[in-house]
Amino acid sequence: MTLANVPFPNATPANAHLAAVPLSVPAHVAVAGGLREKIAIRDLDFFYGDSRALKAITVPLYANKVTAFIGPSGCGKSTLLRILNRMYDLYPNQRAVGEVMLDGENILDPGQDLNLLRARIGMVFQKPTPFPMTIYENIAFGIRLYENVGKSELDDRVESALRRSALWDEVKDKLGANGQSLSGGQQQRLCIARTVAVRPEVILLDEPCSALDPISTARIEELIDGMKDDYTIVIVTHNMQQAARVSDYTTFMYLGEMIEFGETATMFTTPSDKRTQDYITGRFG
Amino acid sequence: MTPRYARRRRRNAVAMGLSLGATLFGLTWLVLILGTLLWQGFGGLSLSVFTEMTPPPGAAGGLLNPIFGSLVLTALAVLIGTPLGILAGTYLAEYGRHDRLSTVVRFINDILLSAPSIVIGLFIYEVVVAPMGHFSGFAGALALAVIVVPVVLRTTEDMLVLVPDSLREAAASIGLPRSLMITRIAYRAARAGMVTGVLLAIARITGETAPLLFTALNNQFWSANLNAPMASLPVVIFQFALSPYADWQRLAWVGALIITLTVLMLSIVARSLVKTGKTS
Repeated sequence: MTLANVPFPNATPANAHLAAVPLSVPAHVAVAGGLREKIAIRDLDFFYGDSRALKAITVPLYANKVTAFIGPSGCGKSTLLRILNRMYDLYPNQRAVGEVMLDGENILDPGQDLNLLRARIGMVFQKPTPFPMTIYENIAFGIRLYENVGKSELDDRVESALRRSALWDEVKDKLGANGQSLSGGQQQRLCIARTVAVRPEVILLDEPCSALDPISTARIEELIDGMKDDYTIVIVTHNMQQAARVSDYTTFMYLGEMIEFGETATMFTTPSDKRTQDYITGRFG
Repeated sequence: MTPRYARRRRRNAVAMGLSLGATLFGLTWLVLILGTLLWQGFGGLSLSVFTEMTPPPGAAGGLLNPIFGSLVLTALAVLIGTPLGILAGTYLAEYGRHDRLSTVVRFINDILLSAPSIVIGLFIYEVVVAPMGHFSGFAGALALAVIVVPVVLRTTEDMLVLVPDSLREAAASIGLPRSLMITRIAYRAARAGMVTGVLLAIARITGETAPLLFTALNNQFWSANLNAPMASLPVVIFQFALSPYADWQRLAWVGALIITLTVLMLSIVARSLVKTGKTS
């Protein structure tokens, strides 16, 4: 079976309101070339206490494309990513102001059910974070959270998630082993499997390769390329070669502002802003 | 060798000597205590200690009723104190980490943690024993539970705080509600440390005498009635050791040996748990 384009798994009364919301489709949703805006970030500010970390960010994130956030340390790229699944809500004194429209619905609305939102928008972190349980359980756990599946279907789902993240052949004989006993690169692929197993629509990658060796990095980059048919992918990276290799669109950020957004190929060859050019040619950052 | 370096080496040697001396001084007393205990305790150890009741002076007997009493009191105290400690520790670490209420609770808990246990005994005497009109095993277990709570609370909070936030974020990122994140992920990651906390609490209350003097009191006879006075090893040791009768004194040594070995065993289990918890 394939994980491709399966609708959000539990269209239960609990999230029926998601479908019921009238889509206030912005004018620029249907751009030339069949691009659809999966997420539209508009005029977004973010505050850590009183300090304003993001200033009036406006970026489109197109469906089934890979968008990279690049910029020097502290520019706000991870902060922006962590708004997209409201991860910042776990901490006190952090707030976002503005619009983040996911399929026409503002995810910053106070009434938003964060657990359902995060099931739709998965995330992979900088450091691999397997749960303290077996490899099998690491993946089955998230599936059982939202779906009532039988044993054999669960087995299938676990296998397909592991195949999806190119980990199956390495772990199929030790699914009962502790997830934390795997190598760093394997752990990160386990985390990707865990994320896709929940069948999200969007996958957020927060510097997913920065703790990995070059071979593991290459494997993850291949995965990203293969996944964009099914998901909208956003990746934060401090590695510009990586952004150039894996992304279709790139956003350059600097000091909490969005400096430039465009097709990756264009941006890396003929950037329109001086600061973008300085950064990608390695003059600062 | 420059004079400066030579001087530093001399100072180092002196400091080393002093530290070693202090360590040996401390160890000497520990060895003497344990040696005396083993010497005196093993002499009186026999099967009858575990099968017979505490005797009147001059008669043969054992420690069955205080051993049973200690087991019951300890088990009941842990049963009452552990859930309270774990729930409160969970609140401090997971829900109210930055709340002002947590700061207050933490401060009060630290006081409770180091409160003289006789004060806790008097407190339970005032609120339970006096209104009921008589001493009871239940009151003793309550007093011990009051000692268990702060220990378990503290270790639970400390161990949960050690669980990295990245794991919490990972749990949240697949849509896990906080309650499940705590019970299924955080508890699992902190399990070894939390169990250790409970074992340490048991070790702590096993030897407590003061809180039982005013609550469970003592009982010369077999009694499984929690509403009546109940014997316990520490109180029996207290009573027998102070008596003028040689056979009572011998039984007191045996009781002390049993408690010490139990606590030693608990400590070893706790330590090995922490070790395996770290490697897994």
